[in-house]
Amino acid sequence: MTALLVLEQLLNGLQLGVMLFLLAAGLTLVFGIMDMINLAHGSLYMVGAFVAATVAEYTGSFMLGLLAALPAAALVGMAVELIALRTLYERNHLDQVLATFGLILFFNELVRIVWGPRAIFMDVPEALSGTVEIVPGAPYPAFRLAIIAAGIAVALFLYFLITRTRIGMLIRAGASNREMVGALGVDVKLLFTLVFGLGAALAGLAGAMAGPLFAVEVGMGEGVLILTFVVIVIGGIGSVRGALVGALLVGLVDTLGRAFLPTLLRLVVEPATADGVGASLSSMSIYLLMVAVLVWRPRGLFPAHG
Amino acid sequence: MSRKISLAVAATAVIGLLAAPAQAEGVKIGMITTLSGGGSGLGIDIRDGFELALKQGGGKLGGVDVEVITQDDARKPETAKQIADRMVKSDKVDIMTGIVWSNLAMAVVPGVTKAGVFYVSPNAGPSALAGKMCNENYFNVAWQNDNLHEAMGQHVTDKGFKNVYILAPNYPAGSDALAGFKRFYKGKIAGEVYTKLGQKDYAAEISALRAAKPDAVFFFLPGGMGINFLKQYAQSGLKESIPLFGPAFSFDETILKPAGDAALGVFNSSQWNADIDNAANRAFVADFIAEYGRRPSLYASQGYDAARLIGSALKAVGGDMSDKSAFRLALTKAEFESVRGNFRFGSNHHPIQDIYVRQVYRDDKGDLTNKIVGKVFTDHQDAYAKDCVM
Repeated sequence: MTALLVLEQLLNGLQLGVMLFLLAAGLTLVFGIMDMINLAHGSLYMVGAFVAATVAEYTGSFMLGLLAALPAAALVGMAVELIALRTLYERNHLDQVLATFGLILFFNELVRIVWGPRAIFMDVPEALSGTVEIVPGAPYPAFRLAIIAAGIAVALFLYFLITRTRIGMLIRAGASNREMVGALGVDVKLLFTLVFGLGAALAGLAGAMAGPLFAVEVGMGEGVLILTFVVIVIGGIGSVRGALVGALLVGLVDTLGRAFLPTLLRLVVEPATADGVGASLSSMSIYLLMVAVLVWRPRGLFPAHG
Repeated sequence: MSRKISLAVAATAVIGLLAAPAQAEGVKIGMITTLSGGGSGLGIDIRDGFELALKQGGGKLGGVDVEVITQDDARKPETAKQIADRMVKSDKVDIMTGIVWSNLAMAVVPGVTKAGVFYVSPNAGPSALAGKMCNENYFNVAWQNDNLHEAMGQHVTDKGFKNVYILAPNYPAGSDALAGFKRFYKGKIAGEVYTKLGQKDYAAEISALRAAKPDAVFFFLPGGMGINFLKQYAQSGLKESIPLFGPAFSFDETILKPAGDAALGVFNSSQWNADIDNAANRAFVADFIAEYGRRPSLYASQGYDAARLIGSALKAVGGDMSDKSAFRLALTKAEFESVRGNFRFGSNHHPIQDIYVRQVYRDDKGDLTNKIVGKVFTDHQDAYAKDCVM
């Protein structure tokens, strides 16, 4: 285990964290502002990946696929908000969980009808298919670096949007006191739809960026959704800053756990036991992190509500 | 009074109607397989392969009328168990088949065979069912789970690799896979890693793998996990320097298309391939493509062989399922032309067969598929047969 390997694994963790941030930012806004638990957020990620893969396949251009995925996911998201979710804001969380779980089933079936039950192909764009030797002796996939760059760009964009613009002010106000914003005459319905569309577009972006790395298949959003919920709980519900910090923490803890726990355990127990226990422990590591954070700060690192 | 009588007559008539079809039908086969959710590609292929044999026989298997009841288990053991109970108790099926996953097979098969129903496995072959828990009514027409991994262990040793990095998901079939590999691999293990089941990102594992400097990598990651790993491994630039080896499960037709060039050139072990040259296989491959418009996978070949094995036994007993020992004996003989050629059952009702090494290549139509490049085992039998007492 060398310092260079640790450095490389830190980079891997950062990349996973950035990917999670793209999903968590949208989810935390919706959860924080509308007090709405949206389990179907992962479905929008799936829609983004499928649209990007299909457009990239037909046009031969990854960029066009990416550009198509953003509005497609945003439109699907806003349509879902208008048709289904709007009626759920007044209901309790359990109803919302049930209804949006139903949406997951609906979207999985819809994608199966449109694209079939099998995974579909999506490759890295030619220009980013190589590797870059950031850490000496360990060529790093260029596409993963591009994901990190895209994530940083989105974080900066959101920072600007939320702290410097009028709509950002309303989002912040909505997250800390919904009723007051409505009472002050803001068109809350429109704000909700826009925020939902923004969250959906970010999920679509994450899906399109994930396509070349992962299998583009029905149900691909569910596993990542669980991680995303862990992120927003750690970060504090409703806080984009919390989502960023939470995502990076989860990405780093998960990656470093997988990379080094078995090796560290080998120092104290038998190799066979170390591999088994290490694998199990590392898949628990992010949940242990969540428990630790919640014990220390029960409302997450950066709670949005006052 | 007369009203009561007419009611009774009507009721009898209705009951008669309900009961009538059951008597008129032939042999009943219950198929439980995964048709929705993750991994449904495998179940769909098994079902389609099975139904192809039925269509070729004009709705009959071995010249005997059969009724196939197909149900989706959605890859959930409890669902599979409920369907199996219903099929055994209400539908009164004679034979069952279809299950893809070992954990589902473990939940279903012991109860089914105990109830006197035959079970022909077209895929799952957990070690317990081949060994201590074997049953006279249980037949596996595919393989015992370890077989393809054992073949890869042998092949990698034959090719002179001495320091292999091995990788599998952290669940029973994963540890069985690595155990099977190590049973025949004679060199050093550069690293042994268990990943999370369903894991998507393998960046950490690939970095650690590169640092361990192995001369080859053996991995067992079925379904979407395999697609993820293949893509990420190719992107890391390691594919050219450290060759990949795996069982056929990560290189079937459902994976090659989405994985694309990331899978090109990789070696994998299989008991079947489309280019095995025998009459049964030629007819199977041609008819499958004509019927479904896609290439058959090894799962489809196993579903097809399951149907043809059942057909051969039904023919031997003339469709009479009342004498179970006669039907059982007919199954044991396996008098059908398997699409993989050489095939017979061992004492534990698991295959004794040849296992090949295939390589992924791009055919003249531009599609990725496998070709056989060598044979690793001839008449290979699983390691658990000795533990089976029937």
